[in-house]
Amino acid sequence: MPSLRDYRDRITSVKSTRKITSAMKMVAASKLRRAQEQAEEAQPYANAMAEMMARVAANVVITQASSPLLAGTGSDNRHLLIIMTSDRGLCGGFNANLVKTARAKISELKGAGKEVFVVCVGRKGRDVLKRELGGNIWESFTDMVGKKRVEYAQVAKVSEYVLERFEAGDFDVCTLIYNEFKSVLSQTPTVQQLIPFSADDAQQDNKAEEKTSAEPYSPYDFEPTEEEILTELLPRNIGVQIFRALLDSAAGEQAARMTAMDNATRNAGEMINDLTLQYNRARQAAITKELIEIISGAEAV
Amino acid sequence: MSINFELVSPEEKLVSEPVYMAVIPGITGEMGVGKDHASFVVALQAGVVKLFASEGDKAPRKIFIAGGFADITGENCTVLAEQAVNVNELDKKAVEQELKDLNEDLGRAADDTERKRVQKAIKLVNAKLTAVTE
Repeated sequence: MPSLRDYRDRITSVKSTRKITSAMKMVAASKLRRAQEQAEEAQPYANAMAEMMARVAANVVITQASSPLLAGTGSDNRHLLIIMTSDRGLCGGFNANLVKTARAKISELKGAGKEVFVVCVGRKGRDVLKRELGGNIWESFTDMVGKKRVEYAQVAKVSEYVLERFEAGDFDVCTLIYNEFKSVLSQTPTVQQLIPFSADDAQQDNKAEEKTSAEPYSPYDFEPTEEEILTELLPRNIGVQIFRALLDSAAGEQAARMTAMDNATRNAGEMINDLTLQYNRARQAAITKELIEIISGAEAV
Repeated sequence: MSINFELVSPEEKLVSEPVYMAVIPGITGEMGVGKDHASFVVALQAGVVKLFASEGDKAPRKIFIAGGFADITGENCTVLAEQAVNVNELDKKAVEQELKDLNEDLGRAADDTERKRVQKAIKLVNAKLTAVTE
């Protein structure tokens, strides 16, 4: 049976753990607010880009001569997955869920006889996947999310790397797997195809756009031609998509950490209550025992 | 008689104001955009965007952009640029130094992809230098 002192030590230790988790929760909450603000600031560019893509894509007929970013390379045997996790842990199932989705996608592709390569964004995903994928991880980018904000220049490194490998003909299809920020309580692992650009997504955006904007659509002129603009737009669009995903992922990470730390703080509280109860019981038992000893000693005399 | 001009970068909306005319550096040449301009989608090269607040504005606001796109309708002119900086915030000496460093990098470039990347950067800094000298 643990002594009174053991109980006291346990209680002190759990109390200090609770202090830490509750501080982490506060920090995550303030970081979450900042991440959400940044995601809002980035919205106009992403929207304008999506609108422009839709306008231009609607005027272009996909042919063999089109940019491979749009038309594809003509085969889909080699897949590149960009797997976006966080750099730090202690955020509940945030990374585990994402890696699970990524594993499912990888085995699905491998089952269909495709080759799979991976680019990791974020330390956690790299650490977990390194062992099972080994040399198929081409590159890992870490510390993408800065202390204060996500810098676009950082993201451009990823998109440039991907585009260089694509131009070198190293893969056919590129897919991005990231945690979409639905709400503070829910982040959903999402699989999004980046290369070749799928016009369906753009058309959906376009429909949403038509509903919201009252401005009538007039016929557009293009300078230079639609094809040339599209050739310029497509690589940049990849950068924007990765940037948007990273912002979502950064906000989601903080939200997940906040929820996880809130739970941890509550669990620590419950544990302290239980331990205090046991401590009091043990103390009472000790007192009773001493009394019995004294009384029976007195009776014996 | 004004048009709503917007300049957005991936990180935030930088400018949003009504202007009399905006001159933007299209790939095929500069173009002035005023109210009721025909609808256009234009690819932009690295250069200077000039914003004229009123007709005959002698000192237009100048913003350097590293290429991008413009979406023009009769009412709005939206410029998407990955990098944008006010021309009067650019330091000529710093830009010249940057160019020098890049030229050294070019000499040291190990392979073709590296060389291509540096050449791209040099082109950009050259445009920046023209913007400052103008």
